[in-house]
Amino acid sequence: MSAYDKVILARSKGRPTGAAYIENVFDGFLELHGDRRFADDPAIVGGLALLGNLPVTVVAIEKGTDTKERLRRNFGMPNPEGYRKALRLMKQAEKFQRPVVCFVDTSGAYCGLGAEERGQGQAIAENLMELSTLRTPVISILIGEGGSGGALALALADQVWILENAVYSVISPEGCASILWKDPKRVKDAAECLKLTAQDMEAMGVVERVIPEENFDSAYAQIKELLAEVLPGLIATPTDELLEARYQRFRKF
Amino acid sequence: MNLMGLFRSPQNELEKGGKEAEDAGIRSACPRCGVQLPLSDLQENMNVCTACGYHFRVGPRERIAYLTDEGSFYELDGDLLSRDLLDFPAYDQKLRNAKLASREKDAVVTGAAHILGHPCALFVMDPNFMMGSMGTVVGEKITRLFEFATGTGAPVVGFTVSGGARMQEGIHSLMQMAKTSAAVRRHGEAGLFYLTVLTDPTTGGVTASFAMDGDVIMAEPGATIGFAGARVIEQTIRKKLPQGFQTAEFLLDHGFVDLIVPRAQQRETIGRLLQLHDPGSIGMAEEEMGGGLE
Repeated sequence: MSAYDKVILARSKGRPTGAAYIENVFDGFLELHGDRRFADDPAIVGGLALLGNLPVTVVAIEKGTDTKERLRRNFGMPNPEGYRKALRLMKQAEKFQRPVVCFVDTSGAYCGLGAEERGQGQAIAENLMELSTLRTPVISILIGEGGSGGALALALADQVWILENAVYSVISPEGCASILWKDPKRVKDAAECLKLTAQDMEAMGVVERVIPEENFDSAYAQIKELLAEVLPGLIATPTDELLEARYQRFRKF
Repeated sequence: MNLMGLFRSPQNELEKGGKEAEDAGIRSACPRCGVQLPLSDLQENMNVCTACGYHFRVGPRERIAYLTDEGSFYELDGDLLSRDLLDFPAYDQKLRNAKLASREKDAVVTGAAHILGHPCALFVMDPNFMMGSMGTVVGEKITRLFEFATGTGAPVVGFTVSGGARMQEGIHSLMQMAKTSAAVRRHGEAGLFYLTVLTDPTTGGVTASFAMDGDVIMAEPGATIGFAGARVIEQTIRKKLPQGFQTAEFLLDHGFVDLIVPRAQQRETIGRLLQLHDPGSIGMAEEEMGGGLE
């Protein structure tokens, strides 16, 4: 499979979105809304759930599954208020010492007029800074598209996992081809050059694990099992050690 | 007059306007008002148009000369070089061209300096090096500068100019956003002051990381500042963008910038801000006021 085939697969409409992971990995999800500043961004879903008996905060970028839903969710391209909602829920998780699990699936933060007026760059910057010292464990799972800063804003974590056919990149292959070669048709070359596949991520140490995708039921089951295996260790780690390890995790790049 | 000046000759030909300033007769057109400016006038005026006040883009050595006390700048990590980590087509050539165009090794210069007598750690990005794009060397130098400043208890002053992440380094360049943000946070947690000065253009991954993290955020008049590029936004919303969108003034109106300061006044304003954040001056004030400020 070529890198571009993976991009197509990562974007394909049949692929489960954030909500499916929340439903199948956790029990009793209770959605919480709003950033307390401006609005509730439907492109990001967040709230509380149980992993077995463990309360967790869950944040997921949601693309929507049919046309109407996709429009409502802005195709999974968050506005600043989405990142601010995510941060609010993460700070809440810190207060109540709950671990945070993020599901990331976006072509990128929304490039719109309102997004700029409300400080898209500032919202992402703040999330990165806050997440770097959030005093509770954070695990982020890239389930489809990991589009640049808009994905990273939910992926500065203690561990980052990625689905076998998900991708993670600093720029879309289309963007790269048009900027670099002024030729959007060279997307396949761009996808290859960017080294954006899950396998590339593992080889470069960007992710700790690649989750196989024989079928999605097995992927949900595996994520559930892995979370149950990894989270207790992170919870038991003294916070200063956890934060030092998180710092070094990104310091190495 | 500063006596230090008598003992020091410019160490770099770009300092103090450089040799180009002496090449009389060369003119440069202002991109905003179109006036033909003699290069020497322009350089005398800190590369600000004498007719309309347009701020030309300038390289780090010029800014350092405008800003720092003479002879006080001590460069750090000046030998770091970018590598072609992903074996990306034509990146090596691009790096070579950028080095020639900028006469720098990468897109940021970092070091320790004094500004009006106040010590600080300073970074200045370079528009002439791949439009200040952030790859691993930029991220590493900025991270090291923040770690140095945290270790020595120094404030950081940073001038940003960037088209965003350096896509030729792929995911490595994205990781620089995380790395730098974490270093900025540690500096902040140590109670130290961070001032950013956003200059034209500051966009993409730099806006979405350390550029917007300052305790105080200054901007140069007219600078383009934003997350997404204007063309990308127009394509997304299929509308023309309003006049003045994503300018420093627009950000000031929307509450994302503290103050806009023309180049000629930056040294003085930065000096004042450093003084206001100097723990020494707070201590002295306490003494003068008889041990209590409450």
